[in-house]
Amino acid sequence: MDVAKLQQQHLELTQALFKEGFLDEQFTQLQQLEDPSNPEFVAEVSTLFFDDSQRILAELTKSLDGDPVDFKKIDAYVHQFKGSSSSIGAHRVKVGCTVLRTCCEEENREGCWQALQQVKQEFFLVKNRLELLLQLEQQILAEGGTIPFME
Amino acid sequence: MCQVSTKKTMKCHADATAVGPGKGFQASTAARSNHQVGPGRLPAKWWVQASAAPAIRPSAVKVQNQRIAKRWHVRLLVLWVLAGISVSIWVFYSMNADIIKRRQEMLSNMCEERAWMLQDQFVSSLNHVRALTALVTTFHLGKRPSALDQDTFAAYAARTSFERPLMAGVAYAIRVLHAQREQFEREQGWVIKKMHSNELQPAQAEYAPTVLTQDTLSHLASLDLMSGEEDRENILRARASGKGALTSPFRLLESNHLGVVLTFTVYTTDLPPDASAEERIERTAGYMGGAFDFESLVENLLRQLAESQAIIVNVYDITNKSNPLVMYGPNISIETAVSHTSKLEFGDPLRKHEMRCRFYKQPPIPWSAITTSIGILVIVLLIGHILYAAVNRIEKVEEDYRKMEALKLLAESADVAKSQFLATVSHEIRTPMNGVLGMLQMLMDTELDATQCDFACTAHESGKQLIKLINEVLDQAKIESGRMELENVPFELRIILDDILSLFSAEIKDKGIELAVFVSERVPAVLVGDPARLRQIITNLVGNSVKFTDRGHIFVCVHLVDDENRVDVPPERSVESVDDEELDGSQNSCTTLSGLEAADEKNSWATFKLLLMHGSSEPISTSLETSSTVNLVFSVEDTGVGIPYQAQERVFMPFMQADSSTSRNYGGTGIGLSISRCLVELMKGEMTFVSKPGVGTTFRFGLPLKKGDSSMLKKHAEANWRHPQNAPLPTKFKGKRALVVDGRPVRSQVTKYHLQRLGIFVEIIVSNKCSSAVSRVMMRCGTTNYSSNCTSGNIDMILIDKDAWGPDTGVEFSDSLKKQTDARLNGLPKLILLAMSLTNEEASKEEFRDKTVMKPLRACNIALYLQGAFGFRNHRSQARVLIEGPGSLHNLLSGRHILVVDDNKVNRLVAAGALVKFGAQVECAESGKEAILKLQPPHKFDACFMDVQMPELDGFEATRRIRKAEIAASERLPRNGDVKNGKHTYRVPILAMTADVIQATREECTRCGMDGYVSKPFEEEQLYNAVAVLFDSAH
Repeated sequence: MDVAKLQQQHLELTQALFKEGFLDEQFTQLQQLEDPSNPEFVAEVSTLFFDDSQRILAELTKSLDGDPVDFKKIDAYVHQFKGSSSSIGAHRVKVGCTVLRTCCEEENREGCWQALQQVKQEFFLVKNRLELLLQLEQQILAEGGTIPFME
Repeated sequence: MCQVSTKKTMKCHADATAVGPGKGFQASTAARSNHQVGPGRLPAKWWVQASAAPAIRPSAVKVQNQRIAKRWHVRLLVLWVLAGISVSIWVFYSMNADIIKRRQEMLSNMCEERAWMLQDQFVSSLNHVRALTALVTTFHLGKRPSALDQDTFAAYAARTSFERPLMAGVAYAIRVLHAQREQFEREQGWVIKKMHSNELQPAQAEYAPTVLTQDTLSHLASLDLMSGEEDRENILRARASGKGALTSPFRLLESNHLGVVLTFTVYTTDLPPDASAEERIERTAGYMGGAFDFESLVENLLRQLAESQAIIVNVYDITNKSNPLVMYGPNISIETAVSHTSKLEFGDPLRKHEMRCRFYKQPPIPWSAITTSIGILVIVLLIGHILYAAVNRIEKVEEDYRKMEALKLLAESADVAKSQFLATVSHEIRTPMNGVLGMLQMLMDTELDATQCDFACTAHESGKQLIKLINEVLDQAKIESGRMELENVPFELRIILDDILSLFSAEIKDKGIELAVFVSERVPAVLVGDPARLRQIITNLVGNSVKFTDRGHIFVCVHLVDDENRVDVPPERSVESVDDEELDGSQNSCTTLSGLEAADEKNSWATFKLLLMHGSSEPISTSLETSSTVNLVFSVEDTGVGIPYQAQERVFMPFMQADSSTSRNYGGTGIGLSISRCLVELMKGEMTFVSKPGVGTTFRFGLPLKKGDSSMLKKHAEANWRHPQNAPLPTKFKGKRALVVDGRPVRSQVTKYHLQRLGIFVEIIVSNKCSSAVSRVMMRCGTTNYSSNCTSGNIDMILIDKDAWGPDTGVEFSDSLKKQTDARLNGLPKLILLAMSLTNEEASKEEFRDKTVMKPLRACNIALYLQGAFGFRNHRSQARVLIEGPGSLHNLLSGRHILVVDDNKVNRLVAAGALVKFGAQVECAESGKEAILKLQPPHKFDACFMDVQMPELDGFEATRRIRKAEIAASERLPRNGDVKNGKHTYRVPILAMTADVIQATREECTRCGMDGYVSKPFEEEQLYNAVAVLFDSAH
């Protein structure tokens, strides 16, 4: 594939991710942290985020199914999840977590469940896109191009 | 209480029954069910049900009310008719009675008149008879021999008979006792005869032979009046009373007419008024008698009066009440209701008489009364009929109205249902469609061979089309049902327009048409409105244009209405546009973006220039500054096929395309424009268009939008992730200078617009020939005088459209420019081509690499390409410059040992990554406990970043413990020179990392011995500030 095309694609994908609110500027900062000494930083963080999040989501689902529901435990998990999502700049996941936390504070099980579904969905969406983006970056690098950067 | 409830039930019963079968279903069922309840439980339950029923079915109540009303109408009508009939009857009777009364009155008047006359005549006759007695007394009794003889008497009586109009005649009879009979007979020379038979009167106690007679009564001469029964009685009565006496009616002698005889007594001497009967008899000398011949004389009398024919007059002697005797008049009794009786006083108290009058004819039929009453009746009936007809008519109309209302309701609900159905169905289809599309997208990302990929792509495209259509239908339905709600959020118009361009970039690249956006610099950066809908409108219009345009351009342009109004009248092009540069007339004819003619001339250079002039000459008018809204004009111009004139009226009708062939050729549903216009109207704007078939179409719409500012934008973005902050444009090009060279002024302005957004100073050279452009560029850049002594700053780049004067002329330009400046290449600014497309061949050429900006132009893609051209390609290197600058974070942090404590792996990694970035050496700890262990003095760390919220041991607690441990360790140290200013040596700076920076947290931080806090994720500036304080104080 043409490098220029890939770059264009990358650019548009990134723009779309920002536009649709999947990512915020924190992600840009992450990208800035990448340098020759640490070339895979974004990928590394993202992967970690995916793994960790999936674990947390599993825990959350389990906790929410328990009877009685341990809202404190859920709150702790949600807090963690929120932290990590804001670290990586997954904006919509973060917002979802806020909602979930509110529901959790209200001990609203139904609300929690719905919010959790929402968060899950957002997470998988952002995961998909991010993976695609990372893949693109790999390709660009493989073709010998440079990754376009959008401030 | 009981009474009340029964009353209610009764009322309800009435209600229930009043509702007809069928219509008042509820009520009647209630009634029916009630019957099943049974008598005992009836009232309470029944009331509830029955009263609930009308509440549920208001229409039933209505029907019921109407029925009641109808019944009332009928009743009223019947009452009216009855009243009318009775009134007419009453009128008839009253009129009739009036007539009868008048008749009666007339009769009585006539009767009284006759009676009075009769009585008057009678009395005068009577008086005259009395006068005759005086005559007799005077001239007959007193004189011996008598002064009167038969002849004298007869003559006198005849002469005075006019005084006795009712009297047939008078006669004088003398009293003769039996003893004197013979002498008397001798003296007279005749014998006393008996009445009726004219025979000799047998011997009686006394006699009353007639001696003097009027001629009319000469047959009475010598007849003994005492022999006639009536006469005798009369004589006896008269001489006893001394007054006139009347006989009852009887047949008179000779004439045989009905009549009465009046008798006065002639006394020998004058008697006192109180004389007794005996004295009177004693002194009686004779008798004066007069015969009233009623039959003929009264007849004569009455005949003199008017209308004597009309009435029948009877005179009766009613002395014997049980058997009235007819004195006068026909003895036929005509049965007539009307009669009148008048009393007659004839001067004899013993005798009573009366007059009875009757009409001769039956009363006439009272025609006037009949006609009047019938007339009234007819009128009443007519009015009744009219009312009935009117009521019927009203009822019919009402009924029709009700039906229509019901139908209208039905239709409305059907419409609502339709809209709801559409909305629901659209929504329901959208959900699975999203799944289908998502799956297709994912499928396309997998390894597919060419055919499969093609299939998947086609399916995906079709799906997208379908979704688009569904969205449009949904929008239409929403607008129709009035449920479309507009947002009011701040947004950046320019970015939205850029987005729309990028949406169509692929499509226009394939078609080879130019797509450009221009926003007047007077349009505020941030506006408040509904960006999504605005985007939809413009996307629709641009999409439409793209669909129908195969050559030329599509130009989206935004200006202020004020500016446009000022250029309302397009100036003479030929005059105006020759002035600047070297544009000659031949090209002036079409100075649009692509050089092709457009339907609307507003975007031709002549007008456009004026717009720009206004924009710059009056930077911000006062009204614009003060008012909170701006009126914008959006125009979307294309050079497509245009709309046929006959179809132009139908353009905004949903599902209408120019003609049926359009959808065959171009596809689409034709709903887009209708929605766009509806949306524009919802936003209080107006959409118009100008179109020339074969030339192109220009859609324009004006919108009032509120002004916003960037702080609003930011606030909004924070509050709502659905409208996220757009990535800001890079600022690194600020202050650079660019020279735009083009053959088309409008296009050059578009380029300028985008470059200006990046903060680049732009100069424009518009020339219609390549060669002159080259020389002017050379002049401007002063390349002949070597580099860097340009008059107004260095030109950093030259942007040239690839098709500036025709296809690929831009390339020629750059070639010739290079040729001319070959020797001094280093002085020449960078040359950048603006191209719609590059062939593979071109793309491979060195001269194009990194020097070509692909159209459509957008600020961000220009920035991207410029980055490549200016070697900002690796942003990380640039970032490094910033980071490594003096006083930077890097300076502060490089070489420091830092401990990052966070239980969240991702956070830890990110934080560590950031710190490593700035040159720090980072170690991590997963929990508070681990941190305490690691920070057990002595240790190597210069600082610690501690997450606040951690399970088991949170950041605050961990810090407290660390501080405690530090104090303990410090005390264990020997007090020597290590201790400065009373400070203990072991105090590692601890910074809290927290996601929610609120006051309470901050206070908590300082309370438990932390040195500061940074928000998580790191913000560079904040991090810098915190760390700077930390290490400056530490140093």
